[in-house]
Amino acid sequence: MMTGAINLLADVGGSYWLPPRASGYAGASDWVFWFIMGICIFFFGLVAALVVTFAIKYRHREGVVTDTAASHSTALEITWTLIPTVIVFIIFYYGFKGYMAGTVAPSNAMPIVVNAVQWSYSFDYPNGVNDSEIHIPINVPVEFILSSSDVIHGFYIPAFRIKKDIVPGRYNKIWVQADQLGEYDIFCTQYCGLDHSGMRAKLYVQTPQQYAAWLDKKALEAASIPPVDHGKAIYTKFCNSCHTIDGSASTGPTWKNLFGYPVKFADSSSLTVDEDYLRSMILNPNNKIVAGFLPVMPSFQGQLKDRTHDVDHLIAFIKSLSDKGQPPALPGAAQPTTKP
Amino acid sequence: MSVAVPNMNVRVAAGRDPSDNYLNHSRGLLSWIFTLDHKRIAIMYMVFILANYLLAGIFAMLLRIELLSPKPWMLADPEATKQLYNNMFTLHGAMMIFLFVIPAIPAIFGNFVLPLMLGAKDVAFPRLNLLSLWCYGMGGLFFVYVLFSGVYHAATGNTLPGGFGLDTGWTFYTPYSTNEASGGNVVAATTGAFIIGFSSILTGINFVASIHTLRPKAMGWFKMPLFLWSLYATSILQILATPVLAITLLLLIAEKTLHIGIFAWKLGGDPVLYQHFFWFYSHPAVYIMILPAMGVMSEVMPVFCRKHIFGYAFIACSSVGLAMLSFFVWGHHMFVSGQSALVNSIFSLLTFSVAIPSAVKVFNWTATMYKSDIRFNAALCFALGFIMVFTAGGLTGMFLGSLQTNVPLHDTYFVVAHFHYVMMGSTVFAFLAGMYYWFPKIFGKTCNDKVGCWAAVIIFVGFNLTFFPQFIMGTKGMPRRWATYPPEFQIYHIISTIGAFVMAAGLFTVAYNWVAGLLIGPPAPPNPWGGNTLEWATTSPPPHDNFAQTPTPGDPYHLADWQYVNEKQGWVKSPATSEGPQA
Amino acid sequence: MNTPTTLNTATTEHHDPYLAHHFDSPEQQNASAKVGMWVFLATEILMFGGLFCAYAVYRHLHPDVFEFCAGKYLNTTLGAINTLILITSSFTMAWGVRAAQLNQKKVLIACLSLTLLGAAGFLGIKAVEYRAKWVEHVWVGAWNQYNADYTGPDKVSSTPSPTAAAPASRPIDPHLLVEDANAGTANESKIKPRFAVDTALAAPPVATASAQRVDYDDLSTPDKQRVNAFFSCYFLMTGLHGIHVIVGMGVITWILRRSLRGEFNARYNTPVDLVGLYWHLVDLIWIFLFPLFYLIH
Repeated sequence: MMTGAINLLADVGGSYWLPPRASGYAGASDWVFWFIMGICIFFFGLVAALVVTFAIKYRHREGVVTDTAASHSTALEITWTLIPTVIVFIIFYYGFKGYMAGTVAPSNAMPIVVNAVQWSYSFDYPNGVNDSEIHIPINVPVEFILSSSDVIHGFYIPAFRIKKDIVPGRYNKIWVQADQLGEYDIFCTQYCGLDHSGMRAKLYVQTPQQYAAWLDKKALEAASIPPVDHGKAIYTKFCNSCHTIDGSASTGPTWKNLFGYPVKFADSSSLTVDEDYLRSMILNPNNKIVAGFLPVMPSFQGQLKDRTHDVDHLIAFIKSLSDKGQPPALPGAAQPTTKP
Repeated sequence: MSVAVPNMNVRVAAGRDPSDNYLNHSRGLLSWIFTLDHKRIAIMYMVFILANYLLAGIFAMLLRIELLSPKPWMLADPEATKQLYNNMFTLHGAMMIFLFVIPAIPAIFGNFVLPLMLGAKDVAFPRLNLLSLWCYGMGGLFFVYVLFSGVYHAATGNTLPGGFGLDTGWTFYTPYSTNEASGGNVVAATTGAFIIGFSSILTGINFVASIHTLRPKAMGWFKMPLFLWSLYATSILQILATPVLAITLLLLIAEKTLHIGIFAWKLGGDPVLYQHFFWFYSHPAVYIMILPAMGVMSEVMPVFCRKHIFGYAFIACSSVGLAMLSFFVWGHHMFVSGQSALVNSIFSLLTFSVAIPSAVKVFNWTATMYKSDIRFNAALCFALGFIMVFTAGGLTGMFLGSLQTNVPLHDTYFVVAHFHYVMMGSTVFAFLAGMYYWFPKIFGKTCNDKVGCWAAVIIFVGFNLTFFPQFIMGTKGMPRRWATYPPEFQIYHIISTIGAFVMAAGLFTVAYNWVAGLLIGPPAPPNPWGGNTLEWATTSPPPHDNFAQTPTPGDPYHLADWQYVNEKQGWVKSPATSEGPQA
Repeated sequence: MNTPTTLNTATTEHHDPYLAHHFDSPEQQNASAKVGMWVFLATEILMFGGLFCAYAVYRHLHPDVFEFCAGKYLNTTLGAINTLILITSSFTMAWGVRAAQLNQKKVLIACLSLTLLGAAGFLGIKAVEYRAKWVEHVWVGAWNQYNADYTGPDKVSSTPSPTAAAPASRPIDPHLLVEDANAGTANESKIKPRFAVDTALAAPPVATASAQRVDYDDLSTPDKQRVNAFFSCYFLMTGLHGIHVIVGMGVITWILRRSLRGEFNARYNTPVDLVGLYWHLVDLIWIFLFPLFYLIH
């Protein structure tokens, strides 16, 4: 009967109160939610009804004498201490049981590394692909390995009812097994700075064929993209929240006509921007702050991979934005394929 | 009945000027700044605390207005708007918690009423009491500085757009708060909180010593008013928990200024260790907030139900029990931080145990209403609102204590709604009830009761309108501390903001009610409500040394002897009985 | 303890100048002061308790670091001398309290002076130790030669880049994922996680025999970057303790001044008593600090 009541609550409230469910674990989590909700509704209703009833029934009326009632009753005290105690331990048990079932990932879970940085996510797949979206195949256990390179972030997927903090210096893990296709939100839930509320991503649950096809496409793209275009993709993924490429002002210096021009630092020294300077700024940015800007740039060491020549291609893109960035054309040499 | 006298049932000793009270006993600003009178100290606390409540409330209104739209809109520059939002939620939280809710009931009502309830002339250490007031003021100055100073970086001469104040959240989690980007105001704010912590500790020391040694012989432990029990339990928490906050803040300052490395993962430290330190204080802190509120409830309910409080011993013991248990549950704020499942399970189990003493109290207050003789007025309206709102807030805590449901709800608006239900709804309602209850004693004036009751209703409606939609937002997945949000949550934010305006209207009505009472209210009798605790055995307001004659204590909840006399518009003690305060 | 009275302030005689108006008797006032002082000491214990917890956590996680640093940089002899000094000063303080209770003004002054001397000696030795650390470049943060952002002479650099620092538990760098043969094929769902374990990070070295001192080179690679954990604990705890010793000296000087003026006698000696309690706590904290830092190698 209790299960029936909980199911009734879940049916009535389910799609309104809670996000869509994308896994069996989410369903189990929701069962506990509605179980607790039922108990809450009962006890709140009881107390509210008593308070309102007593307030009306026992209000003072002129000339009416009330008979006194006892001011203590050990039996009543014990009852209303013991019954809630039993109830809360039952609630603990169900919450504990369900939680423990979700703590250990199956040994065949596919690992995806979640890289969190202020204020974006990027995800590493087992075949080396790195992308800003999560795609996973349906009915396959996937383990997320959470890694942050700066401050504590959060990793929350409402549809799966899972969440974990991403703590720099350690690898927290969390796993899911999706049983519904669809597109789901990922939110950052641990305050991490100015654009904390913009730190979101999408997770797509696909059929194994769709997933394999997507993975192939991404791997090919990574392999064949021209350096400048690859650099531009990196710019779009990591850098465009703070740097513009058209000369307009933002949190960081614009990249238009950055390469090859002199830049002045807060301590009044200056130098001409070259490849070494760009590399050092990307990997160790707060060594030298450009005058007029704040030292808020995070380091991208570890985010940009040497294996895929990320830093080199990004530098190539930055060079392509400057009129001092093009080498003098050699006779017969191909020009860079894209213009910003 | 005898002739009407200005101070019913309270004889003025020979040679005393009946119009002399603590307010006019001495004049001049210095006589207030350097006073040793606990009553004057309470008044000064009241002024500062209410001013901080207003300021932090204005920040909340700004937050709610910004959240009307999913995209930043209040300032021309969206980056500046986001920065402003982040600063507002941090300052709202830090000021409300450190400068309003934690001190409010102990520093105002505790200081004023505790010695009176003991039949004593002052607290045990009056100079320490003054020092704790000055600590509160000095700590507050640091927050004022933070409000006006930008997140300023000396090397570049820049201030972040919209970036005055502080944006780490009131929890100051590392590594963000120890990084460059969060700015130097972190040090100023934590120094301010450190100093305010001493105010809390010294008050706790004072109350413990007073209750131990200034209690009259006739007032045994189980003859004390329940408000004193709750203050005693609160003081234990203030004494044992606040020093841990002190060391946490010191470590944070050392980390930020000296890069000492204790929380820096690159230097072998652990950022999560900060969270353990922080919550070891901050969980007992929420009981520092609620226990005095429960004490006020235990005073207000019996007096306005004209019935002995139900289950005195259980309420007293559950107060101390709650204080002790609250030290063992801090980990429930960190279920998703990466703690092991074993640690999580232990904390979850202990967290549920902490729910029981609170439930016991709610049942006892409800039972007090059974077969009673209820006289409605503003204080009781707030008290009844407390019962409803605290029950709801406490029950929603169960979702957060249970491991499986905590995970999706942590750091969402569900948590925001939960703690506002218990902190704003419950503690503030009890604070307002206490203000209405003791207003005549403190100021010697009477407020318009009808206005007070209506204000209570408006605040209750506005409060629920503000925070109930936030439960729904939270279960649907809306994270907290978000300046922008996905559009599907907008309708809830709009309802919540409307509720905030309704609540604000109610609170301003209360303020008007008090000011009007102060200025044009009729003078108050010594015992306007017919209470039997000792503060009602002296004039309203009390004289400088509290009592013309030290009263003899009786059962604080034996109310049957007091009769309401219509001609006198007040309560009179039946001369036949000898129990209770003899005037 | 409380003698009930029906007299109000207008008519109470003050028995002595030290009885406050809100107390009924000197015994009540004294009892109150004692309760207050013990409660204050409880707050101090909780405050230092937090630091002891931090120590416990870090030492549990990195025992080798603590052994190495304590062995190399802390002088047990100096620490032992300091311990002896503080214990003696606690003894002289207690003797002083007794003297006050027995109206022995000269003995009281002598004892308080000796206590002050002991405190000064303690601080002197502490200054010598701190200076030694400075000279050896092992303070904290940027003043510690083992740390990455140290820019002075004798920098000790063992470190790969800090962002690749391995976690406290078994270290695995997920960026070193090995490509699975199933990647990109129809058997995607059979991909098993495999990590190329960084062998240099694999296991901490076997603990050296107890007779041998732990050297820097004996530390595992991640531990080499964690030397600062020891020093942050050391300076925070001994530093906060030192601040309490300085405050104690100030308070004892105040009591000494009052003793010279003859304010204490058998009937009224509460302040001496309370300062004594404070000083004993300061001593007690050092008695815990000493073995935890100086005797662990």
